[in-house]
Amino acid sequence: MRFFTKFSELDSTLIPKGVKRCSFQCFLVWIGILHIPLMVGVVATLMCWGLALNVTYLNNNFPFGLWIAADLGIIALGAGAFFTGFLRYIVKIDELKSIVNFAVVVGVICYAAAQGILGVDIGQPLRGWFIFWHANVHSMLTEVAFCITCYFMVLCIEYLPLILENRQINKFGFPRGFAHHLHEAMPTIAAIGVFLSFFHQGSLGGVPGVLYGRPFAFREGFLVWPWTFFLFILSAIACGPCFTILITKITEFCARKKLVKKNVIDILARISGRMLVLYLVLKTIDTLYWVKVAGDVGAPFGSFYANQPYGIWVLITELGILGVIPAIILLSKKTRQNEPLLILACLLNCSGIFMNRWIMTVQTLVVPVMSFDKFVSYHPNWVEYASTLLWLWLGAIFISITYRYLPIFPQEKELNPL
Amino acid sequence: MFPFAFEWVNDASHFVFMGSVYSVLVLLMIILHYCGIRALLDWLCKKDQGHNNH
Repeated sequence: MRFFTKFSELDSTLIPKGVKRCSFQCFLVWIGILHIPLMVGVVATLMCWGLALNVTYLNNNFPFGLWIAADLGIIALGAGAFFTGFLRYIVKIDELKSIVNFAVVVGVICYAAAQGILGVDIGQPLRGWFIFWHANVHSMLTEVAFCITCYFMVLCIEYLPLILENRQINKFGFPRGFAHHLHEAMPTIAAIGVFLSFFHQGSLGGVPGVLYGRPFAFREGFLVWPWTFFLFILSAIACGPCFTILITKITEFCARKKLVKKNVIDILARISGRMLVLYLVLKTIDTLYWVKVAGDVGAPFGSFYANQPYGIWVLITELGILGVIPAIILLSKKTRQNEPLLILACLLNCSGIFMNRWIMTVQTLVVPVMSFDKFVSYHPNWVEYASTLLWLWLGAIFISITYRYLPIFPQEKELNPL
Repeated sequence: MFPFAFEWVNDASHFVFMGSVYSVLVLLMIILHYCGIRALLDWLCKKDQGHNNH
């Protein structure tokens, strides 16, 4: 009991000044609840490492399954960090300073998750360093691995000033000065982040785009980059800000208070909507053009969607329900400022990106390419789901701790006076 | 992979690819050290009064 009282006192000294947080007991219960599904994920991960990948439903037909699709999706959702940083520090939209910290927090989680999932997917994480030392410089996946690692470092550097601004750490001169100078250097750091993100988001799209043996995914392009390279970048910057908005709204719901002003959310939603429209137009042109080109060389459009459950509904859902509907909501000021509709648009947009990534990895492998190929389907098992969702629970814990102890929402005091 | 590793090949791909990676890493190191050294100097010279404006 004495220990608990001591920890409780310590907890109250770490909470930022001028803001209200739930009691220490409540916080511990919340973190404890999150640990229950987290432990299931830990067991699944240990099973993958201890018993090898045959505990999953991955096989020679599907070396890329849920993990890679989730990886691509998470990285796209994490694009909110680099794109918000780009808008704040390079385009100089000052209003975004109220949300850029939180975008960084979300980005750190997304990229940590992507690397963590890859650590399970490669089966032998102790050999993870091979990709850096024995690098195949002609592989887009090597480029992705390098850029993701470097960008994760950038995100950690962007997160560092937030830790240094903690009420207790900030009392000391050196950490305070370090945080100050890191803030001053942030435009340069953001520019490096943009450079790295541009290439790894694009190269993730480039991977299916260069598979010339798979006409469903293969595309022509510009120099060494297939068109999917550019479509992936555009789709990531269209959905990244929506994911940041979505997580902000969830945090506001859990904290039961407003944390960011409406105009800030509106700017992000408006930009996201415009980017989504541009993406949908280019994606539609790309699809129509490819239907013609692939059809002319003996891979008719119907053959891509001949096998259930990957029928034509997949295309309609991806571009229509999860693309056009959120774009319409995000484009109109009236619908954008209606909170339930805005959340729905963000949810549809983020689901659309996950569906797109699933299609570009799993459906690409599903479509038979040889006359003797048989259609084989794939669905993940509980081990894959649990080890993927593990990062969701870890992310929730990370956001809870960050929100409790670090000043990540500069407008919180103004919006919620004590 | 460093240029002295046995797998290294002196071609454009290796120079561009590995060169970009090392440039980014060096740049990040420089930024961190620059900020750290300036913070240390500010702290030693007591010039850190205006650092609470973020």
